[in-house]
Amino acid sequence: MMRHIDVSTVLRQAVACDLYSNLVTRPTGAAVRAQIRALLCEVPQRSLAVIDFTHVQMIDYSCADEVVAKLLLPYADGEADDDSYFIFRGVSEDHWDAIEAVLERHGIAMLIEGTDEGDVMPRGVLTAEQRAAWEVVRELGGASVDDVAGRLELAPERIAGALEVLHRQRLLMKADGRYRVVGVARG
Amino acid sequence: MTTVLTLPPSLDEQSFEQVLDQLAGAPPDAKLLVDARHARWASPYGLTALLCLAQAREVKPGFAVPEADDTVSYWARAGFFRHAENLFELHGQVPRSRQHESNVLLEITPITGSADVHEVVGRIQQKAAQILTHELKIDAKATVGFAMTLSEVCQNIVEHAGRGGWVMVQTYKWAKRLGRRVVQIAVCDAGLGFRKSLESLPGRIVDDRWDDAAALEEAVIRGVSRFRDRGRGQGLAGARRYVGRWDGKLSVRSGTARIAIVPSWDDEPPLAEKLAPFPGAQVLVTIPERVTTSER
Repeated sequence: MMRHIDVSTVLRQAVACDLYSNLVTRPTGAAVRAQIRALLCEVPQRSLAVIDFTHVQMIDYSCADEVVAKLLLPYADGEADDDSYFIFRGVSEDHWDAIEAVLERHGIAMLIEGTDEGDVMPRGVLTAEQRAAWEVVRELGGASVDDVAGRLELAPERIAGALEVLHRQRLLMKADGRYRVVGVARG
Repeated sequence: MTTVLTLPPSLDEQSFEQVLDQLAGAPPDAKLLVDARHARWASPYGLTALLCLAQAREVKPGFAVPEADDTVSYWARAGFFRHAENLFELHGQVPRSRQHESNVLLEITPITGSADVHEVVGRIQQKAAQILTHELKIDAKATVGFAMTLSEVCQNIVEHAGRGGWVMVQTYKWAKRLGRRVVQIAVCDAGLGFRKSLESLPGRIVDDRWDDAAALEEAVIRGVSRFRDRGRGQGLAGARRYVGRWDGKLSVRSGTARIAIVPSWDDEPPLAEKLAPFPGAQVLVTIPERVTTSER
């Protein structure tokens, strides 16, 4: 199931103030994240959320840490109790300054939608091997560890580790031993 | 006996040290008179730091207002007297200024909570775009970073000071020091300061090398925070990146030390120690007008 979450709407609900159009301060970010989490609880265990920044004017570092990094960290750390996936939409270069800094701080990555709907790219902290593995999965539409290892001519054990990181970081979905790029319905 | 602090004609982050030198040695409950009669000009740092000076005193200090009409008028338009009348016993004629009639980019605004940060960021955005692109000839892309930097340095008060502080933003021509226009964000508080804030971190070792300068180095250069949360400490790091990108300067004073990210156009030492003590933290961001190579 896919859920669209407009962050600017969540912001106004979370702080109960129509005048706020900027994602600034930690308390605001924490309130927005809590609201997003509450929305995610309304959908099944495995779901895809499109987190839409299109109408967000600006986001500062503190808020990016609360809204983006702390939303993703429980999954990257293997501590989340649900199987949600996230695509971030409408992330401008202005937003990216703050978001990139917090991703680097935590050593994580996220999926960002490109100009065409459904066109996603991982951004943030990934090794060259992880990026290459993600690209192979995207090209193939869905792939096993052996598929990716064969294409990259690398040991399956190494690729298994890379794909597992990509899965934990919510960049790849995993089902029946095969990996698939989040949000892309191909193959 | 009253200790008289004479303000220099031009009050900025450098000359404010002269005021603190005069204050050093006066006990916290000593009666003070801040003599601003001969002051002609003050930067955002000078005005906000003056409010902090009064806030830190146990006994309300006296304040002799500037004699020059244009000076007292500008200080009023900057919102100084609106806050000073609660902190000082004012001596002299103070003009009434109505809010929003000012040409100040952001008048002196108290920061006590997150809502204040939303307020100042919202107010600055449109004005900042105009100033940065037209007056300072900086890329429009700098506007968002400017608001982010303002937000983060203001949050420093909310998160760490333990009491309210003030912010002011203004642009003006820095004729003597640079010969160019600059925009400055000054955020000052008289709260805990960096050293005490970081000392509250559990497990912090306070040895004989630990002082205000060490605390500033940890917070400003290494991004250490009093919170264990690994996402903390990014605000000042972000401000540092922003000033680096736009050839600006970041200066943070706390206690008896000041640390600065110094651009090529400035000759201030990156670290100053053994300054006269002043409580809290005083942050100054300076972004200069952009010049082309041929204009240099």
